[in-house]
Amino acid sequence: MTERLGSTPSQTVGPYLHLGLLWPDGPDVVPAGTPGEIWLRGQILDGAGAPVVDALVESWQADPDGRFDHPDDPRGAHRSLVAGFRGFGRSPTDASGRYALRTVKPGPLPGPDGTVEAPHLDLSIFARGLLHRLVTRLYFPDEPAANEADPVLAGIDPDRRTTLLARSAPDGFHFDIHLQGEHETVFFAV
Amino acid sequence: MTETTGRRPTGLVLPTYRPDGDRTHPPLLSPEYGSTVLRAPSRPLVLLPQRLTEVTGPLLGAERLGPLDHDLTRQHDGEPIGQRIIVHGRVRDGDGRPVPDTLVEIWQPNAAGRYRHAVDNWPAPLDPNFTGVGRALTDADGRYRFVTIAPGAYPWRNHLNAWRPAHIHFSLFGRAFTQRLVTQMYFPGDPLFFQDPIFNSIPDRQARQRLVSRYDHTVSEPEWALGFEFDIVLRGRDSTPFEDGDDDDD
Repeated sequence: MTERLGSTPSQTVGPYLHLGLLWPDGPDVVPAGTPGEIWLRGQILDGAGAPVVDALVESWQADPDGRFDHPDDPRGAHRSLVAGFRGFGRSPTDASGRYALRTVKPGPLPGPDGTVEAPHLDLSIFARGLLHRLVTRLYFPDEPAANEADPVLAGIDPDRRTTLLARSAPDGFHFDIHLQGEHETVFFAV
Repeated sequence: MTETTGRRPTGLVLPTYRPDGDRTHPPLLSPEYGSTVLRAPSRPLVLLPQRLTEVTGPLLGAERLGPLDHDLTRQHDGEPIGQRIIVHGRVRDGDGRPVPDTLVEIWQPNAAGRYRHAVDNWPAPLDPNFTGVGRALTDADGRYRFVTIAPGAYPWRNHLNAWRPAHIHFSLFGRAFTQRLVTQMYFPGDPLFFQDPIFNSIPDRQARQRLVSRYDHTVSEPEWALGFEFDIVLRGRDSTPFEDGDDDDD
């Protein structure tokens, strides 16, 4: 089919997103009790430094072997060896702007020209006041060599690269998202 | 790693999703919609190359659906008050290909324009027989269908005498992370469009009209419900190979 159709425009999720988009198991990229489970936690802040209390964070990632259960992965769709691995998570922010996702650390991914992408998650942020989702990536602080070689990080102004780096935390990692201002997170157009 | 096939591709062929035109989606900073002012990033977005994470995505299925999720008029003991409507349409990509088996999530206020949500407290009645949440999976042809009631317009505090045109929120996954879309469906001939900064934030007039459903008399059911058609287009893709010279996986 060659018919070219214009895309449907994006609109904000609005303040009542919880009604339609919350799942009881939303934050569980992996089921509770999965060996190697970690929590990714953080706060979303607006340009005045105030917590964003009506946002939703969604995550998408490879499994620990760097594989996806998806037909467009040219290496073949691969059901994860991690039982119940969904690859996808969604968490609302609470009254203090905090989100939390239960997952396992993804593996590295092959890229073009022999490059290797460091372990990362893609995040989408939806909120009242966001007319289109924001997209960012979360990278891990305990992967300095892989991060150094990552082709996406390499393309980002070194001063801003750190906004994509999570911090170690007692039960996983901490990753704040600054929508605007001095510490503004790097957001991507995909 | 975990594969035992021994197949070592010399190149990874990934689909490429074409960018949407500049004027299709609202600018993040749209000051007439006041909430964008402190929430829109102030720096330009960085172009993210489409790699494995971006061209794949969650393929959520029937396990996310309950038996009455597509019929918002049958989720309680009694029937909700309001005009019963059937909202249906087709999800396709920018090349006209149907997007099958993709999760469509909707939410909306009741006929009085009130959401069943803790922070919606304007003085309109809640309906004990209406939650306002639906889910469906597109069929092999990309089609979905909901039965619901017509949502009411409601006031908000964005500007003086501000009213949102009646709308239903739609969330779609598509086939890849790149295709994720959250939007709103509107109704034809709504007199409130002129003053709505959310609808009008879409720069291109034609693109804006894609959010307005069409009254569909072929779907209206005699002595039962009015039909509306809302087709959705997710980003189209090309297929181009890229070389992966140094296999590090498998």
